Amino acid sequence: MTEEIIIAGFGGQGVLSMGKILAYSGLMQGQEVSWMPSYGPEMRGGTSNVTVIISDERISSPILTKYDTAIILNQQSLDKFECMVKPGGTLLYDPNGITRHPERKDISIYKVAATQKATEMGAVKVFNMMVLGSYLKIKPIVKMENVIKGLKKSIPARNHHLIPMNEQAIEIGMKEVQQV
Amino acid sequence: MAEITIKDIIKEENLVYKKSKVLTNNTMSYCPGCGHGTAHRLIAEVIEEMDIQSETVGVCPVGCSVLMYNFLDLDMQQAAHGRAPALATAIKRLMPEKFVFTYQGDGDLAAIGTAETIHACNRGENITIIFVNNGIYGMTGGQMAPTTLKGMPASTCPYGRDIEMMGNPLKMTELVSHLAGTYYVTRQSVHSPANVRKAKKAIRQAFENQKLKRGVSFVEIVSNCNSGWKLPPVKANEWMVENMFPFYPLGDIKVDGQLVTK
Amino acid sequence: MEKELRLMKGNEAVAEAAIRSGADAYFGYPITPQSEVIEYLMAQEPHKRTGMVVLQAESEVAAINMIYGAAACGKMAMTSSSSPGISLKQEGISYIAGAELPCLIMNCVRGGPGLGTIQPAQSDYFQSTKGGGHGDYRLVVLAPASVQEMYDFVEIGFDLAFKYRNPVMILADGIIGQMMEKVEIGPQKVRRTMEEVIKQCPWGTTGKPTTRERNIITSLDLVASRQEAFNLKLVKKYDEIKEKEVKYELINCDDAEYIIVAYGSSARLSMKAMDLLRAKGIKTGIVRPITLFPFPSKVLFDLADRVKGFLTVEMSTGQMVEDVRLAVQFKKPVEHYGRVGGVIPSPEEIVNALEQKIIGG
Repeated sequence: MTEEIIIAGFGGQGVLSMGKILAYSGLMQGQEVSWMPSYGPEMRGGTSNVTVIISDERISSPILTKYDTAIILNQQSLDKFECMVKPGGTLLYDPNGITRHPERKDISIYKVAATQKATEMGAVKVFNMMVLGSYLKIKPIVKMENVIKGLKKSIPARNHHLIPMNEQAIEIGMKEVQQV
Repeated sequence: MAEITIKDIIKEENLVYKKSKVLTNNTMSYCPGCGHGTAHRLIAEVIEEMDIQSETVGVCPVGCSVLMYNFLDLDMQQAAHGRAPALATAIKRLMPEKFVFTYQGDGDLAAIGTAETIHACNRGENITIIFVNNGIYGMTGGQMAPTTLKGMPASTCPYGRDIEMMGNPLKMTELVSHLAGTYYVTRQSVHSPANVRKAKKAIRQAFENQKLKRGVSFVEIVSNCNSGWKLPPVKANEWMVENMFPFYPLGDIKVDGQLVTK
Repeated sequence: MEKELRLMKGNEAVAEAAIRSGADAYFGYPITPQSEVIEYLMAQEPHKRTGMVVLQAESEVAAINMIYGAAACGKMAMTSSSSPGISLKQEGISYIAGAELPCLIMNCVRGGPGLGTIQPAQSDYFQSTKGGGHGDYRLVVLAPASVQEMYDFVEIGFDLAFKYRNPVMILADGIIGQMMEKVEIGPQKVRRTMEEVIKQCPWGTTGKPTTRERNIITSLDLVASRQEAFNLKLVKKYDEIKEKEVKYELINCDDAEYIIVAYGSSARLSMKAMDLLRAKGIKTGIVRPITLFPFPSKVLFDLADRVKGFLTVEMSTGQMVEDVRLAVQFKKPVEHYGRVGGVIPSPEEIVNALEQKIIGG
């Protein structure tokens, strides 16, 4: 099993930390993982993305041009990465602020209104965990217990009391996700 | 009366002066009349008197004193031009109980190594910096130094230092005295017996201060360069008194972390 | 004991490895994309963990000279920077090589020349492997292709540095420095005591006791014949390194008709390309040099007898390709493919390059 994922959105949406928790979850269940952020000029435009690969085998390139899954959180990222999803692959997006929705027919498209839901709940900080939950619903490549272990590793010890809140957000994301 | 031979003279009871054991037997490469030899001797005597030969690491610069390690019987490192305070910073931080000093000329300390000097002083490294200022680049053949006086000739300012064109001579010692990390800052000379005694006292103080761990002790020695200045040794010293001392006045500038008010 | 696994950035792995390997000091100056090294160290407070000294210097120049000062006392010292900062350090590196001091330098390469870009590149190959500063000298150059290797090469690098009294460089790039991967963390090594330092490095300037002559650390010798003898002594040392320390990885070379030669992150990109090529039926293998100096020339020379051609993949306009050509000695075609200035070649581009430049050519 090799899963090649791009997660892309605005800086501040928790794109990098979502990727880190996902990668850590893979590591906790004994898989090979890589997490490669964009750190170049793209950051200056306010966009942020990270390539996460989880595999049973040694990972070759940590930087890719084709992905099994794209997790998209803003319009610029949708415009850039929709075409980079492999045929038969998966695209998950949050429709918040999206004016041109995904159009491809050869991939599976899912959406989750995580921004809206998180705002309603007053839990904007765990917005990214809702999206992660949606992804794990579609592709349960890591077990929930390993996600919790990954969370513990990714979050500083002083914030470990927030883990139940993150766990709850993941569950909400799992419920809210819809196939388009 | 029997003839007196040299053997009769060389006796313990006749001994009035001897070379410090911290100096090697190598013949110094300095020009006759140069102040470096005296400055080296004072450092050696201070180290011998403090009995810290085995606890001392020195750093020599690029310039006339690049071969200082040939003359002092100490563990020494030879630094790239201007970088001695960086080396000394690392040595002292890794071996805080050792006595660490740099010995630097004006080009090394006040031109190419300005950043290293300022920052080591500002961090308050517990080291001793001996700064020999003769207003010229001796080793490379008498070029202008950052401390060359206004109007003073050098091979790269043959008609005298033109302030408008070449900028002002730099008073590095006053500059570092204003940094919070310096604990003792003084300017001395070694051109007369009285000044040699004062300079030795200052160097001793600068080494003793390392035990306090309160920052940099910085001793400038205004010196001569009779080759570079193209003057015989005695004349060079006279010229130094008349021209260097008015611009680089001797005396303590900062003592026990406090600026000296005059 | 269960091994400790962590998800770490390459830069963080280098920093943790420095602490764990029992290093005495790190001196550095921030520069993208490797500032995480000193940030991580400062956050870890290694002076509390092991007594290791960490200092943010006023410049790269000061930092490398602090390394000189520390190394001259026999201490284990490392610095890191990225391309423009490494250029600044070259004077100090030359002095360190000239004074035969051990130290470790990590270069997280970014695109150049000049201020260039902050994105990954491999354009410092010549600088790293052919000297870099003035004078006839070489560094031992290790090229990590994973975060685990970033971690492992710190201890290996220190060992080589002390074994040969020579500076060692870890030549990474922005990809290896910035990405996170699984890292197996080794146990904490105890820092050497002063007595152990003196025993291991009797040449160190640790203060002259009455029992030995003074120790002098210098790169100066004004007598030409002695300086020449010293230069020849260095050559002998480098020859020994070439004989004993070559490291490389062969990936699918047994049945390969075509060889991609790539180091560091380019090797990772090339592994993906190799998979794509093999899926098309093109038998491709990879030679991944792990040491860039000493360069694995012999294996390439030998492979040249049974493959059809070589493609080097580098994020440069073609630097390592010269060493590959020297190694292959015109037995088979050797071509270069690279993207530069911070642009990363895609696996698909590498596939095209091999098909067009080697198979088609």
